[in-house]
Amino acid sequence: MGIVVTLLCLSPLALLGYDVALEVMAPGSRLGADPGEAVVHFLGEWTIRFLLAALSISSLARVLRRPRLIRHRRTIGLAAFGYGVLHLCAYFAYLSGGTLGSLVGDLSERPYIFVGASALLILTPLAITSTRRWQQRLGPRWKRLHRLVYVAGALAIVHIAWLAKASYLDAMLYGAWYAGLMAERAWASGRSRRV
Amino acid sequence: MASAATVAAGALLPAIGHANPLAQLNFRPDSNPPADAVTPQAIAMAYNNFYEFGTAKDDPAANAQRLTIDPWSVEVAGEVAKPGLYALEDILKPHALEERIYRLRCVEAWSMVVPWIGFPLGDLIKRFEPTGDAKYVEFTTLYRPEEMPGARSIFSGIRFPYVEGLRLDEAYHPLAILAVGMYGDRLPKQNGAPLRLVVPWKYGFKSIKSIVKIRLTARQPRTTWNLSAPQEYGFYANVNPAVDHPRWSQKTERRLPSSLLRPNRMDTLPFNGYGEEVASLYADMNLRKNY
Repeated sequence: MGIVVTLLCLSPLALLGYDVALEVMAPGSRLGADPGEAVVHFLGEWTIRFLLAALSISSLARVLRRPRLIRHRRTIGLAAFGYGVLHLCAYFAYLSGGTLGSLVGDLSERPYIFVGASALLILTPLAITSTRRWQQRLGPRWKRLHRLVYVAGALAIVHIAWLAKASYLDAMLYGAWYAGLMAERAWASGRSRRV
Repeated sequence: MASAATVAAGALLPAIGHANPLAQLNFRPDSNPPADAVTPQAIAMAYNNFYEFGTAKDDPAANAQRLTIDPWSVEVAGEVAKPGLYALEDILKPHALEERIYRLRCVEAWSMVVPWIGFPLGDLIKRFEPTGDAKYVEFTTLYRPEEMPGARSIFSGIRFPYVEGLRLDEAYHPLAILAVGMYGDRLPKQNGAPLRLVVPWKYGFKSIKSIVKIRLTARQPRTTWNLSAPQEYGFYANVNPAVDHPRWSQKTERRLPSSLLRPNRMDTLPFNGYGEEVASLYADMNLRKNY
């Protein structure tokens, strides 16, 4: 099962790699007139999807009464971080000017870039401490630290809503997904307190 | 060169064999083409912003083909001596068509170079005899939800019908044209058939597509993107690398087609490189304020 989850997490990257390979061999063939922009958005979309998927695992485990699902959370969370890093790299290469100055300018002048970068920055220590060894070393503090993922998720949704120009549909769908997860958690914690 | 060949072919070959004899346009080739390489036609036809047909760049090419563009008429209204509903044929009849190869700079920081076919906008406006009160021109795009899936979306960031406008002296500038074709052919539907505006020194959203109404007004028209996000999209919207869009830089642009290995990035020029011709229109204006 673990290998299936890993392969699922890697499959968008494999699809992108396939498109990129064909695009490089025959420019314009797979990713349209502005392939850099297409790559940036593809990676960004999958970052937020994996982030919300990782957040969904504990809800699913409760709702389906399958606590063993929790062990897949790390893989999915790391996938979110990985896609996020690639998203930032592609943004740097294709949409920001490709120089350090242009990136600093974007971070200081464009709040939605700052918000997205903050989300990724928050995910970084979570990715580093995702190993079992760090989990044991940090003990109860590990759980508190990893609650930061809720902040990262909220920032990621603000990022996507803020950059929307044409349609708010995506931002609303991801926002609804996030709100649903929060509602389930509130409900679950209320119930466990009563019991 | 290619356009000269098209003219020759159009002049020599009889229209027999064409389903639509109007499909072949006769036009004078651009006598002063820019040094920029023309964007491949396939890209100009596949990468479009036309939100009435959807917000993705490939939506218009996919969804616009069901649009009915024949018959087509244009309502002329407002501060003119000759208002009325004009058939497209009557709008076009007196105007000799010419090719204009223009840079097109989108506010989203990508650009193309497109060989349009059209005629000066000012020549048309003068035919309707604007009154002394006419200071602006307002254009409206067709709004026909049953043929426009994007216009039915409840998540749209803009309201329809799409409205754009120019100051009258901008509209009279010889670089401002109404286009009926591109790349030697009639306009594809996704590019704004059958009649669109092209104002090369302004961001692309000013160059309104599929026009059904032209209204001369005394007051500045309330234009679609300006109403949607006034701090991001000004009424003037002249291409200006010195004034960034609040969410992205306007200093450079991606000339399409771009590629993954060598992103085709170049500096954006004031007035999209047409400053010599048009800067005088804005001589006493603060272009940071009037972005």
